[in-house]
Amino acid sequence: MLLQTDKLTKAFGGLIAVSTVGMEINPGELAGMIGPNGAGKTTVFNLLTGVTPVTSGSIHFDGKDITALKAHQVTALGMARTFQNIRLFKDLTVLDNIRIACHLHTKYGLGAGLSHLGRYAAEEKEIETKALSILSVFNLDRRRDEIASSLPYGAQRRLEIARALATDPKLLLLDEPAAGMNPQETMELMKTISWLRDKFKLTILLIEHDMRLVMGICERIYVLDYGQLIAMGSPAEIRGDRRVIEAYLGEEVS
Amino acid sequence: MTLSGLQSFGIQFGQYLIYGLSIGAIYALIALGYTMVYGIVKLINFAHGDVYMAGAYLGFFFINFYRNMNLPGAWYWFAALASAMAASALLGIVIERVAYKPLRMAPRITALISAIGVSLFLEYGMMFWQTAQQKYYGDLPPLIKDTTYFPFNIFMVQKQHIIVFVVAVVLMIGLYAIVQYTRAGKAMRAVSHDREAALLMGINVNTIISATFALGSALAAAAGVLFGSFYPLKPLLGFMPGIKAFVAAVLGGIGIIPGAMLGGLILGVAESLVSGFLSSTLRDVVAFAILIIILLVRPTGILGKPSGEKV
Amino acid sequence: MMKTNALFKRRWFVALLRSFILLIVLELLIMFNFFNGFWVLTIMSLFTNIILATSLNLINGFTGQFSLGHAGFMAVGGYTAAVLALNFAPSLIKAGIIPSLHNVTLKMPWGLPDMFLPFAKAIAPGGIVLLFSLLLGGILAALMGFLIGLPTLRLRGDYLAIATLGFGEIIRLTFLNINYLGSASGMPGIPQYATVMSCVVVAIITVYAISNVVRSTHGRAMLAVREDETAAQTVGINTTRYKVTAFTIGAFFAGVAGALYAHTFYLVNPSIFSLLKSIDVLVMVVLGGQGSIGGSIAGAVLVTILNAFLSNFPEIRMIVYSVVLVMMIIFMPHGLLTVRDLFARFRPKAGEPDNAAPDR
Repeated sequence: MLLQTDKLTKAFGGLIAVSTVGMEINPGELAGMIGPNGAGKTTVFNLLTGVTPVTSGSIHFDGKDITALKAHQVTALGMARTFQNIRLFKDLTVLDNIRIACHLHTKYGLGAGLSHLGRYAAEEKEIETKALSILSVFNLDRRRDEIASSLPYGAQRRLEIARALATDPKLLLLDEPAAGMNPQETMELMKTISWLRDKFKLTILLIEHDMRLVMGICERIYVLDYGQLIAMGSPAEIRGDRRVIEAYLGEEVS
Repeated sequence: MTLSGLQSFGIQFGQYLIYGLSIGAIYALIALGYTMVYGIVKLINFAHGDVYMAGAYLGFFFINFYRNMNLPGAWYWFAALASAMAASALLGIVIERVAYKPLRMAPRITALISAIGVSLFLEYGMMFWQTAQQKYYGDLPPLIKDTTYFPFNIFMVQKQHIIVFVVAVVLMIGLYAIVQYTRAGKAMRAVSHDREAALLMGINVNTIISATFALGSALAAAAGVLFGSFYPLKPLLGFMPGIKAFVAAVLGGIGIIPGAMLGGLILGVAESLVSGFLSSTLRDVVAFAILIIILLVRPTGILGKPSGEKV
Repeated sequence: MMKTNALFKRRWFVALLRSFILLIVLELLIMFNFFNGFWVLTIMSLFTNIILATSLNLINGFTGQFSLGHAGFMAVGGYTAAVLALNFAPSLIKAGIIPSLHNVTLKMPWGLPDMFLPFAKAIAPGGIVLLFSLLLGGILAALMGFLIGLPTLRLRGDYLAIATLGFGEIIRLTFLNINYLGSASGMPGIPQYATVMSCVVVAIITVYAISNVVRSTHGRAMLAVREDETAAQTVGINTTRYKVTAFTIGAFFAGVAGALYAHTFYLVNPSIFSLLKSIDVLVMVVLGGQGSIGGSIAGAVLVTILNAFLSNFPEIRMIVYSVVLVMMIIFMPHGLLTVRDLFARFRPKAGEPDNAAPDR
């Protein structure tokens, strides 16, 4: 088991956003989380990644208890994410967005940083090589010096995923990666996500509203409603689940 | 501690308390302007302390002007107060239009720098115009300037402190009434909460913002007149009180009107007690110490609600 | 502000060459007494201002932390220099730890060859004392920056600005109230160990160091903190650590500038290091362009020249300064040289591949 949560709960004052959620993700799995808007899916991501503090319950990742860890520590352990509303480093270049994500594994210290001596040159070359190779996977290497905010929407989404990958994660959390995409782009994305999982030996958990994508590539699906986990299982099981249909899918689902 | 020792401590405490409330009332009046402006345009109006100073000088001019008109009783003082408030309101509106409105959409540091520029302009403009020489209001009507002491049972209270406190409180009540019960006041609160929604509701946001600046400046001017009635005028007199009033606003909860009143009074009393019982050189330190403590412990202030970031 | 490596190396080489030429020209002019005393002091404060502006830019422009207390760090450096030079240097010299400057035959310290003597004399007639002064001033200021940064850097935006303003004032008020440090009259009579050359050299070292940091992984981390703190955390950056780091480095160089100031104007007192000074430095950074090293230099030049020019008209000096300030911030809010402008020249057209503008 790579990721496990136990009675994970988040309360904002009197509002309970996430309520005793228990999830298990195995290494190599491609899992999805669905549910109506406001169900708490992004909040779960925030809890997992350490962005939002946990009210009660626990999170175990790769054998360690990460419940109280801060976001950057969680990322250092191998969990990376993208955001629902694209949070790239807008005024920086494409290359820099990736290079910043490489910082985690960079070793030279401030002394080398201030003087540009010692390990500076060698490691900078390594960083640049690694960054460019990740960018080329996503066809963004030719855009390396463009400002992130000037990229077309699809390219920005790809860049965000690339940036997350640059942190060498074991688990990749994607928050609505297909938002704003047309059906063809979504198909491309589906292929890309599966391919990424295989090539980089990742485990992937994604939030999505696009059922084609979710039913198409996810091996296991969690369904959230009003902060609670109302169902969990394979796509076929979820499709037929009464509670899920009532809460979210509606009657007409093929 | 002996009984008479306790007694004299109590008397001293009382004196400092009274003095602190009076200076605190002045801080509160200035702090209200800071808090209202921050609430509505999220700007720390650096120049606000200098509007207070301008108000003091305006009071000076109007006092001299009205004094010659032989109005009955203390009317000329009140006339000067009202005129200074009106003139300062106008000053506030002009400042907003010229130096802040063009930067409404700019990053906050830009607007802050503009505010700093306005502050410097007011300070040194006044220095140039009036020179650094100290000015005095001169003769005041007996109602105001009477230096009788009121023997309240065991301690003496200077009349000036009572005047300052009473006038300030009256103005604050007036402000609270305007903000809570008038349409303009409701509009101000709406714009503070959500400018776009207010705009969509048909509120003329520009006018409301100007009105907010006008009100804040008028109150600062009143504080200035109250101060100037009893102390000498100097062009840089607004600098420190300005910073302290801002601290008071933060203490009470920036953007919250009762918070500014509360913060001002607390700061005034704290300053007075520390200055009296410990050392007068520590006076200015009180404000900054409070500032640091409140920012580290509870940045949203005494009456503020803690807020978080939505991811 | 990351450009391709080759391009940047070339620009850097050109800048270095230019500053070297400037150095030689300046030194010649000074040797021939081209400048009167006022201008010499102005040039020296120009380079001190460059140090101040660049160091503040690291905090404000590159890391996005709004600091209004830079003068406080400068004060720590300045007073350290004063105390060192006035109170400790004599005893340290007697103990032989640092060489005395009253030796008739000035020798190069630590056995370095004597042919460098004239050069060394030009840079630092005060010898080692100046170096100690600057380093110690910088280190103590950095320590102060670290101590202040740890608690306050949890705050954001305006709150941080006010907290740093508060700390700057607390430092000033503390110095004002300490008798050993001269209270309100400060500490006059500091030996004038700084020269134009030493100011220039220190400024060059500062700009070099800071622009190096900016172009390293640590600098990129700071940029990430500025751009989006939460996103930076999720790519593994300890944002608090980098905010404090930027703050500490900035404070270090502000302390160095303060020590340099002390040895230039042979006097330190609390009113020099007031909020107005912090505002001055902030203005240099913003008007020059936040997030741009060239910008801080330009801003420092602009403000120094403006102040020097206006010192002839003391009554209206501040009035003109304030009007210029407001107008520049309204009409040129991004400053003279900014990231945007620089990028406008180098950025290839983005968007659909077949949307090609003719000359790009």
